[in-house]
Amino acid sequence: MSEVAASPIPMPAKRRGAQLAMLAFAVAIVMGAYANVGLAIDGQIPSGMLTYGLSLGGLMLAAYLVLAKFAPWADPLILPLVTLINGLGLVMIFRLSESDSTLPSAKLASPSSQLLWTFIGVLLFSLTLIFLRDHRALQRLTYTAGALGLFLLVSPLIPFLGQEINGARIWIGIPGLGQLQPAEFAKLALVVFFAGYLVAKRDVLALAGRRLLFIDLPRARDLGPVLITWGVSLGVLVMQKDLGSSLLLFGTFVAMLYIATQRSSWVIIGILLFAGGAILAGMVFNHVQQRFEVFLNPGDPVLFDAVGGSGQLMQGLFAMGSGGILGTGLGQGHPEIIPLAFSDFIFAATGEELGLTGLMALLMLYALLVERGLRTSIAARDPFSKLLAAGLSFLLAWQIFIIVGGVTNLIPLTGLVTPFMSQGGSALLSNWILIALLVRMSDAARRPPPQAIQNEGMTQVFQR
Amino acid sequence: MNSPIKRAAVACLVMFALLMINVNYLQAVRAEGLSEDARNTRNYFERYAVQRGRITAGGKVILAQSKEASGDFKFLREYPDGKLYAHITGFFSPESASGIEAARNSLLDGSSPDLLLRRSIDLFTGEPTRGANVDLTINPKAQKTAYDALRQSGKRGAVVALNPKTGAILAMVSLPTYDPAELSGTDKGKVFGRYDELAKEKSQPLLNRNIDRTYPPGSTFKVVTAAAFLEDDSSRGPDTVVDAPQSLALPGTSVRLPNYGGAACGGGQVSLTFALEKSCNTPFGSMGMDLGYDKMREQTEKFGMGQQLGIPMSVAKSDFGKKEDQAAVAMASIGQRSNQMTPLQMAMIAAGIANDGTVMKPYLVHKITDAKGDSVEEAEPEELTEAVSSETAGKLREMMVSVVANGTANQAQVSGVQVAGKTGTAETADGQPPHAWFISFAPADDPQIALAVLVESGAANVGAEATGGGTAAPIARAVLEAVLNK
Repeated sequence: MSEVAASPIPMPAKRRGAQLAMLAFAVAIVMGAYANVGLAIDGQIPSGMLTYGLSLGGLMLAAYLVLAKFAPWADPLILPLVTLINGLGLVMIFRLSESDSTLPSAKLASPSSQLLWTFIGVLLFSLTLIFLRDHRALQRLTYTAGALGLFLLVSPLIPFLGQEINGARIWIGIPGLGQLQPAEFAKLALVVFFAGYLVAKRDVLALAGRRLLFIDLPRARDLGPVLITWGVSLGVLVMQKDLGSSLLLFGTFVAMLYIATQRSSWVIIGILLFAGGAILAGMVFNHVQQRFEVFLNPGDPVLFDAVGGSGQLMQGLFAMGSGGILGTGLGQGHPEIIPLAFSDFIFAATGEELGLTGLMALLMLYALLVERGLRTSIAARDPFSKLLAAGLSFLLAWQIFIIVGGVTNLIPLTGLVTPFMSQGGSALLSNWILIALLVRMSDAARRPPPQAIQNEGMTQVFQR
Repeated sequence: MNSPIKRAAVACLVMFALLMINVNYLQAVRAEGLSEDARNTRNYFERYAVQRGRITAGGKVILAQSKEASGDFKFLREYPDGKLYAHITGFFSPESASGIEAARNSLLDGSSPDLLLRRSIDLFTGEPTRGANVDLTINPKAQKTAYDALRQSGKRGAVVALNPKTGAILAMVSLPTYDPAELSGTDKGKVFGRYDELAKEKSQPLLNRNIDRTYPPGSTFKVVTAAAFLEDDSSRGPDTVVDAPQSLALPGTSVRLPNYGGAACGGGQVSLTFALEKSCNTPFGSMGMDLGYDKMREQTEKFGMGQQLGIPMSVAKSDFGKKEDQAAVAMASIGQRSNQMTPLQMAMIAAGIANDGTVMKPYLVHKITDAKGDSVEEAEPEELTEAVSSETAGKLREMMVSVVANGTANQAQVSGVQVAGKTGTAETADGQPPHAWFISFAPADDPQIALAVLVESGAANVGAEATGGGTAAPIARAVLEAVLNK
């Protein structure tokens, strides 16, 4: 009896109180930032502050209640972290819209629609938690998810459905609702597919094959379906000129392959494939080549003035340089100068006003979120959960690395949204669903295994 | 599966570490370079984010002010009478400035250390920083009169008037002019395009002809030669008889220096006063040769030549010319050859004589007050040089009065006031019309104003016949009348 009570595995606590306190703290920080923007720009607390505060607070309370009811053992940090990041994004978009500049970054920033999307995002988060009681149901949908992912990727190319905006055909029109970027949802479906497929095939992928030099080569037929999926998705993305998503999917896929098989040969093959693809793309597509030139020499005056040149990137760097260590303070810089300050470049805009200090804190929030996801993966009890949680966490981390690295000129710039911050509904919705999946899995992972009924001494439950 | 997951977790941490290091590199190491990059338009917004101080004349008339605006720029610069004061105020463009706008920029935009106390108080009271106001010594009436009179000549030129007792600049007009508002807008493309246009124009409207370039001073320089001649021997005076041949042999050359128009100068032996009245070349050429290069140069330096002046805009250096042969000294002594003076320098010569031989340092800024009206800086007249003794100054004054009363400058006469002056007609190049000069001060017994007028070669209304007496003196008279209220 006492042995059961003194179980070697410490029972994870629910920590729901701590989560509620952190959630309140996150909402409070966001409200403080709102007030800061208003005071700096108009000298008064923004008039919509109460509405914003109440809606965000109420929304998060609702999310908390759903989580407490339907995933009581879930990781307590994930929701507050996402709340804070999403809230800071809302504040930056609000701040840009408050600028009386006539530049597009100020005109196109729409805090009300972003708040609405956040609302829908939290709604989807809740619905996912309510209806997906056991995420292993997804494993049965492996091939359905793969087909869905592919369809979503291709859907913008379908006549009448697809729409081209700003030269990229990555949108589909939904009558009465506006546009969605199906690729944002496709990546979730594809990660589910990869997880299910790799779990089923991981033994053959890991063990069968020939050794060539130092690399274990897998059998071609094991590789087939994966390569085809990868190739098709990559091809479609390249055709849509969406380099960011293409890099994102590819990297996530390689990482999941490595985690499933534990063979570093996959990483090497992946890197070689990527290098080959990059060189090929550089030769075939001018815009890829130009991106690379911009990356190497962003300050070049000719590139700076060129269409599709380094002007945009440099404006982001200028903003971050002007922000310096402490930043100008919310509402006191000129982030509206940066093109796409409300979406791809929201990180640079934040850097101008919150400075190095703010960006370090923001990166820390993202890092914590990713590591909580990976922790869920380690704690998970079945391979599918492990692989899915790791895949989703890596997807998040890799996405942040690609876009933030691109904006800060650490790597060539490819357009991607900054998760939970960039203006735009599709990414916000799909990321909230991603978080719901992580929360669902962390709940399963942290939920104590069935206990022996204490007063029935005769029955023993053996724990593995 | 846990060990590859742990490795993936480490890989994620490495990615975040790379991002963090890179952000540190950008915002700590490279921050200054990035924020100061010329293409970083934030600096340009910052220029318009502060309410710049006003530039006023005589404490009342507004020459430049910042008006609150809506849009990307909080304050826009206005110049109510732009063209009239363009060369004084200068412009305030997105990336540069000129004139007082540039010379007193740190006070106007409030960033000067002199305003530290004000800024600290504002920080506590929560008031936005505002720039200091700059009041100039300019007399708006004199400025307007000089501008109108010079414009009537239809040509390029310069007028600068000083208070001889203090060095305060009362008027400073340069034509052609421009509208500083056109160069002070926030539309970079428009402003830079307009600037290029102005910069390329042959008439050089951006130039402040009073201080930015030098001209041969012609006969007006004869007062300096006369000053050196009188200083050389205190027994000499206005009645001292000097040789005045019809033409003067220039040693070492086959050329002879004639008088203006080849005319005779009296009977060949004339008084110094007569030589100055009629502006004969030969007596002053020979005086210069007798005194020699060193004495002539020294006398010119005593009038302020060669000093690095800032009024506060920096003034081009005037120069008597290189040391060459005696012929060159003779030519330089009548204001030709390589003798090059700014109009301001010539006004200072007149002012020095008016002020009993003491040249006062010229200045434009009368007073600077912070946004609350507290004084930050107030001009104190400073002696620049002791040009001639008070006796010599008296003798020169007597002769210059005579030039106006009886000589080439009768068009500068103002009824009821004794005006002293000297005309000049400077040859520029063969076949080119001459520059017309006039320097003057009045009233002779208690000088309130000293000035120099320059009309560049070939005034439209007078063609090749432009002379100091006919073209420049009437402009001077108008300004004298305006300042003396006649």
